[in-house]
Amino acid sequence: MSTTSLPPGLQIEKVDERIMTLNVGPQHPGSGHMRIIVKIDGDYIVDADPDPGYVHRGEEKMAEYRNYIQNIPHLERPVIHDSCNVLYPYCLGVEELLGISVPERAKYIRVIASELNRCVYTQYWLAIYGIFLGHSTMFMWPAGDRELLIDMLEKMTGARVTHAYFVPGGVRNDVPANFEDMLLKRVNYFEKRIKEYAAIFYDNPILISRTRDAGKLSREDAIRLGTTGSVLRASGVDYDLRVKEPYDAYGELDIKVNTLKEGDAYARSKIPWLDMLESCNIIRQALQKMPKSGSVRVKLKPNPKGGNDEVYKRVESGRGSLGCYVVSRSTAEPYRVKMSVGSFRNLICMPYLLKGEKLGNMPAVYWSLNYWPVEADR
Amino acid sequence: MSTQETKQVAQPAPVKELPQFEKSITDKIEGKFGAKAKIEFVKPLRIRVKVAKEDVLDVARFLRDEMHYDHAESVTGVDYPADKEIEVVYHLGSYTDPELAKQVLTLATRAPREENPNPGSDSTRLPSLRDIFYSVEFHERECFEMLGVFFDGHPDNRRLLLPEDWADLPPMRKDFRIKGR
Repeated sequence: MSTTSLPPGLQIEKVDERIMTLNVGPQHPGSGHMRIIVKIDGDYIVDADPDPGYVHRGEEKMAEYRNYIQNIPHLERPVIHDSCNVLYPYCLGVEELLGISVPERAKYIRVIASELNRCVYTQYWLAIYGIFLGHSTMFMWPAGDRELLIDMLEKMTGARVTHAYFVPGGVRNDVPANFEDMLLKRVNYFEKRIKEYAAIFYDNPILISRTRDAGKLSREDAIRLGTTGSVLRASGVDYDLRVKEPYDAYGELDIKVNTLKEGDAYARSKIPWLDMLESCNIIRQALQKMPKSGSVRVKLKPNPKGGNDEVYKRVESGRGSLGCYVVSRSTAEPYRVKMSVGSFRNLICMPYLLKGEKLGNMPAVYWSLNYWPVEADR
Repeated sequence: MSTQETKQVAQPAPVKELPQFEKSITDKIEGKFGAKAKIEFVKPLRIRVKVAKEDVLDVARFLRDEMHYDHAESVTGVDYPADKEIEVVYHLGSYTDPELAKQVLTLATRAPREENPNPGSDSTRLPSLRDIFYSVEFHERECFEMLGVFFDGHPDNRRLLLPEDWADLPPMRKDFRIKGR
């Protein structure tokens, strides 16, 4: 069989008769908006080929046609539950390009908003993780508890999700009166609530036996594959940008980086939960240190233009390091915007981890990667 | 630089003396490759090195083996129709070396650009860094379909995000226009 006449990108493959090819997705609820083409031999996966792109919206292309401010609402769409964190590196980048610095109070408000967003996102992910392991309580609890924090974000930003709250120069508006007390109360209650998840989920022997040793990723491979976020830290690499390269007010706060050594699906699913507990600590610290008054936004002139320069800024999002590369060529629109997102970087693990697993373990391994299809596709 | 209405503090003016640590990295690169590796900027925490496509493999191997950069965070294609070139930018980072944890090294190289692209069969080609930095695998696939830069030596140059039957220009090129814009 000759493949030389086919254009690049197309190929003919011959598969053994024993092997069955199975399309998981893109409509299958077990995969999110993506397809995984798995080849199975009996019950074992011999090959897995992720096929993302079903929710590709061309955010990067759109960004080249809109000015620096118009880009704000659409660039957060890849992960609407984590919209503050998605927008964060873009705002930091534009601030550097335009040479502006953010008021002190806005830095703390940004920290609070992005930590709240991290919890909201993680709760949503945890709900999905729970339901795909057949644990319907773990779907209901996080889906309900995240409303506590969504209410707070709604009070801050006016929207439940898709806040468009961060703007180059600060945040769009100040927090409402009495916000600090309300938030503190809710965060304390939220922390108490998520601690209860341990008893029903993380210490549950059924969950442990299901996910322990499933999809093991060694420390060396986690580094070599360039993974990030909870996947990396579950394999024992102590790397969190909030500590390693602190941005805005993170440098003033005392942050514990959660790592686990096992590198299996259980460890990967536990790290985001530990991060939520840490987020509660960060929010309390930020509330204490935040200046009680002051400006929250530096106003820009209409249609600001960057110089002939480029920046690469990154933050720690709910799914790991999120980088934004902005190339400016002295026009009002960015010349090129590239988002280097955690989900896309962790995609490379999927074929690697699924090979040799039982098909029944696929949801546990796949969802433990903290993968968000819409973000990976951008 | 933008102008400002209210009180607005400019970022620390371009520092005359280069940041020490970053300078030490670029010195080593320059010492090894001389004029082959052009240091384009040295900013706090960020370095940009530009190399010709013939040298990119050597420089990347040196960065991995001697300088301890161990993964690529992103691979970006940037189209420059005026220069008749497409630039591919690798952002390299390190998890293993604590000193490099906050550093990002930008390794840029350029491929020739053709007016009527025929992705995969024209001269827009670069050597793939996949054997050196395994983590670029999916990023280079994305770059191939979005800009039409074929990576020689990449094991899997298939489409990733675009539909299989996409027959238009590679969409991240500047001459591909969004309708109505």
